[in-house]
Amino acid sequence: MKPFRYLRADDVSGAVAMLVEAPGGAFLAGGTNLVDLMKLEVAAPDVLVDVRHLTSDRVEELPDGGLRIGAAVPNSDLAANPAIRRRYPMLSEALLAGASGQLRNLATTAGNLLQRTRCVYFQDVTTPCNKREPGSGCSAREGFQRQLAILGWSEACVATHPSDMAVAMVALDAAVLAQGPTGPRRIPLTELHRLPGEEPERDTVLEHGELITAVDLPPLAFAARSRFRKVRDRASYAFALVSVAAALDVADGVVRDARLALGGVAHTPWRATRAEEALRGAPATERSFRDAAGAELAAARPLAGNGFKVPLAREAVVRTLLDIVEAER
Amino acid sequence: MEVEITLRVDRTEHRLTVDTRTTVLDALRERLGVTSPKKGCDHGQCGACTVLLDGRRANSCLALAVAHEGAEIVTAAGLARDGNLHPLQRSFIEHDAFQCGYCTPGQIVSAVGMLREVDAGWPSVVTSESDHDGVALDDEEIRERMSGNLCRCAAYANIVPAIAAVAHR
Repeated sequence: MKPFRYLRADDVSGAVAMLVEAPGGAFLAGGTNLVDLMKLEVAAPDVLVDVRHLTSDRVEELPDGGLRIGAAVPNSDLAANPAIRRRYPMLSEALLAGASGQLRNLATTAGNLLQRTRCVYFQDVTTPCNKREPGSGCSAREGFQRQLAILGWSEACVATHPSDMAVAMVALDAAVLAQGPTGPRRIPLTELHRLPGEEPERDTVLEHGELITAVDLPPLAFAARSRFRKVRDRASYAFALVSVAAALDVADGVVRDARLALGGVAHTPWRATRAEEALRGAPATERSFRDAAGAELAAARPLAGNGFKVPLAREAVVRTLLDIVEAER
Repeated sequence: MEVEITLRVDRTEHRLTVDTRTTVLDALRERLGVTSPKKGCDHGQCGACTVLLDGRRANSCLALAVAHEGAEIVTAAGLARDGNLHPLQRSFIEHDAFQCGYCTPGQIVSAVGMLREVDAGWPSVVTSESDHDGVALDDEEIRERMSGNLCRCAAYANIVPAIAAVAHR
């Protein structure tokens, strides 16, 4: 690991100022991903600004009936939070499907959103990777592709975003509150993560020194019957090949509204807006669920080594939506 | 960069100066001679380094010591009280829940933390939605909740009953 200076600030604006002064620095929260990347020398910050104690570790009610999740809320606390379990069960399920008990105790809400891809070439400094070293090439294009993207990838990068939590949050229209050098801003979670394009080194739209302070969940009554499903190579403690977060509002056998997102398929947690459109007004049947999944996956461009993900994602969507409908009967 | 920190380990306070790169695991093993947490993968994948960090189970290999200044740490070596092994330690012996033993301290500390999580009503991904008032800790629950602790001897067949025996007392 490269040497670094460790700094603490008195408050959020102090931490932002410290990082602005350190162009090669990084914020540290739970450290479960960053410290690992530093050991691998994939990341080599010369300054760490510890922000774990600077943002809220509480989940609070918002006046509009939503919830505000402090950036420092550990993944384990968020998963066990009674309001989250009751009102947004897919978020609790997504968190519990991720990592291990030990990691969830350390990992924070904002850190989970900002974790880096687990593409094996990104994590191996002996191989070319455009995300780690822009312009060096993409080893994954001719390599091991099981964990890689089928949607939204570019010639430069085929990596996937590893978070389960973010998939549920993106389906819920969550928004991120961020504090930067020029003040606070609110970013819809669907706009936080970037598709790789020509700049795969940039995972998100955040500027250097901008710190996530909270995540807001808007009220959504039918999210109380939402589900998260994860398909992976082991029964537990593995990243998703494909995951699905879904909420359905069904009345008299017809879908009135839907929220749907996919994980493990793209550089971002993938909000399935085409499938949602196809679902609205459709009968709540397996046939329409399959059609909706097909509408979303029509844009899929699988790689030579991950063509199985297209039918896998389709069937995972169908099964998740059927689970919701069957639970309501 | 070196920083002076305090760590309370198994009820004993230590002051030490560490390089900022030192993990809690390396501070325990290399600086304080507390070798019950093991270095398996050193990447948060195997759980052999599990300690209770301020009361919660955590991978000590991914926690920077400087970021946990003042922390209360309990390792497997600190679980015994007044010369009596912790019930989970006794149960692992009674059930022959290890072969080489390298993962065992991490398994046992993780199980201690896991049972506290169950007592607090925390769900797991296999907990049924109807179990909001409590968790029935069956073998499926134990396997899921202990999935962050790998055993390369594959002593799982005895680890699960060893934990279940304590959980069901």
